[in-house]
Amino acid sequence: MNGASNASDRLWMYATMVKSRHFEALIKPAYFEGKSPVFNMAKGPLPGEMHLSDGQEPCAVGVCAHLRPGDTITATHRPHHVAIAKGVDLDAMAAEIFGKASGLAGGRGGHMHLFDARVNFACSGIIAQGLGPAVGAALASKLRGDDTVAVAFLGEGAANQGAFHEALNLASVWKVPAVFVIEDNAYGISVSKRDCTAVERNADRAAAYSMPGHFVAGNDADAVHAIAGEAIARARRGEGPSLIEIETCRLEGHFMGDAEGYRPAGEVERLKARDPIPAYRARLLADGFEAIDLDRAEAEARAAVDAAFAFARAAAYPDPEEAFAHVFA
Amino acid sequence: MSSPDTATAVRPARRLTIARAIAEAIGQEMERDSDVLVMGEDIAKLGGVFGTTTGLLDRFGPERVRDTPISETAFIGAAVGLAASGMRPVVELMFVDFFGVCMDAIYNLAAKQSYFSGGQVTCPMVLMTSVGGGYGDAGQHSQALYATFGHLPGLKVVIPSNAHDAKGLMLAAIRDPNPVIFMYHKALQGMGWLGTVQRSITDAPEGDYVVPLGKAKCVREGEDVTVVGLGLSVHQALDAAGRLAEEGVSAEVIDLISIAPVDRETVRASVRRTGRLLVVDDDYLSYGVGAEIIASVCEAGIPLLVPPQRIAFPDIPVPFTPVMEHFVLPNADKVAAAVRQMMEVPN
Repeated sequence: MNGASNASDRLWMYATMVKSRHFEALIKPAYFEGKSPVFNMAKGPLPGEMHLSDGQEPCAVGVCAHLRPGDTITATHRPHHVAIAKGVDLDAMAAEIFGKASGLAGGRGGHMHLFDARVNFACSGIIAQGLGPAVGAALASKLRGDDTVAVAFLGEGAANQGAFHEALNLASVWKVPAVFVIEDNAYGISVSKRDCTAVERNADRAAAYSMPGHFVAGNDADAVHAIAGEAIARARRGEGPSLIEIETCRLEGHFMGDAEGYRPAGEVERLKARDPIPAYRARLLADGFEAIDLDRAEAEARAAVDAAFAFARAAAYPDPEEAFAHVFA
Repeated sequence: MSSPDTATAVRPARRLTIARAIAEAIGQEMERDSDVLVMGEDIAKLGGVFGTTTGLLDRFGPERVRDTPISETAFIGAAVGLAASGMRPVVELMFVDFFGVCMDAIYNLAAKQSYFSGGQVTCPMVLMTSVGGGYGDAGQHSQALYATFGHLPGLKVVIPSNAHDAKGLMLAAIRDPNPVIFMYHKALQGMGWLGTVQRSITDAPEGDYVVPLGKAKCVREGEDVTVVGLGLSVHQALDAAGRLAEEGVSAEVIDLISIAPVDRETVRASVRRTGRLLVVDDDYLSYGVGAEIIASVCEAGIPLLVPPQRIAFPDIPVPFTPVMEHFVLPNADKVAAAVRQMMEVPN
């Protein structure tokens, strides 16, 4: 294990991974309500696409352990774990996903468009879309002379988008406090990374933009924590951007309802056997954490999610006329 | 009102090009508000290919006046992030034709930031961009694309026809909490190397004033027909109106100024009086500004003496060779001819 994570960060990372996984666990039955016997994405309390983050929690917690509310995050179409780790209001987030008036955007955005200005969190639905805005947020930090940073999360597929290359070049030329975090879950929907990416390691691409590139193996929260801590501290010191590539995994389909026929037989079972959350619990116990403390943190995390879903379920739908509000500020 | 003596003593009239007016507005707002910065290709040392940032680098330095790499996706995306962080970026897309490499940041990010955040996060940015042809630059450097941008909710879109309005619109655009697409027409820009319609070079107050976004303006009063234009076509309409006056036809000219939101009421009020409507613009005809303006008048049930007409660029790419390009571009002759025809139809 890596000794860089302190005990309170490690406990927080564990509890936050549990919270994120429990959030997705409650999404699943809700999503399928009204969608049987015939699956119709438009039906039920959670219509539309749903991209779950099961398996990718170490990426979110290892990075966000180092962030403060004033730091900016731009995340992806698969955003729940990162939003939760950044401290997005859980009740309002759940309500937004259910399309309720008390949601983050009153139901205008949904699960791919979560904004919480209180903690400078935003996510968006198109691949590599958040990288330019992260460079801009980082430039704002630099111009104001504060020590905030901006972190852009992206999948490994986004590293093949032009926006990735433009944004890394710009961040490096302007030496802004940005950190680019690739969650490599090995698939862009159905296409595996090795079938569409010219490099073995996306971290190697950092060399093209004169910035440090780090590869973190093993979907390991402690290892992410160590490397992210280094990159974020570097950015806060005004030494410029970094690229981090994290080997992670997607335990569910690209979206709910994905038949996943593109996976080799037995792959999901093998991945679930290496689920990062129980593995992390075992490591914490081995490192001397008390089971009772982990149990308490877990229970609190689950309770917060349960309360958020209860809040969201009970919340009122918006007046349809509200569709016309907030087009302009 | 001050006495004529005082007025002349205080300030002799200046004559500014639209380029100078834009640069002056940005500079004044940068003096007033330290959150304003400018980014784009060739906007620092060169002062902008179309002169929109002349002199700003020397006054404000390279932190606030930033030459960018040729990476519109990244730097327009960065402007969205700057705006979300409370800055007020002014970014230049050198030619509107280049929107294809960066539209995602414009219409999916900037235009939707307020909506998707339920008003938590605004997007106070200005994207200024050159439009129009007529100088043989062919079909990737000569388009207008008003309707392309005007069609997308969440964007304000304006185009001035003269220096006075350019300065006041730019000050209004920078202060607006929303993304504003500020178009300027190359045929009005006042660049030494590119012909300019002299009427676009006007007096403009040295001090602070705004021309409101979203408001059209009557620039010539008339009784018989309403001619609506924007940018360059305002001047074509005015030229035609001058000739028509000699023939006894009184044309009212409306400068639309704002493509989005469009000021339907000013146009309707004029057409209620004249009973005739002609719209002139140099964007592609179909689904264009003309269609929108005509629909606005028809939907309001305003009685018309003759069917409404539109002159626009036909639905073809912009050709290079001048004999073809000028054949298809709108001009004052075409405007005058259309009005004459509208006047001939029996009531």
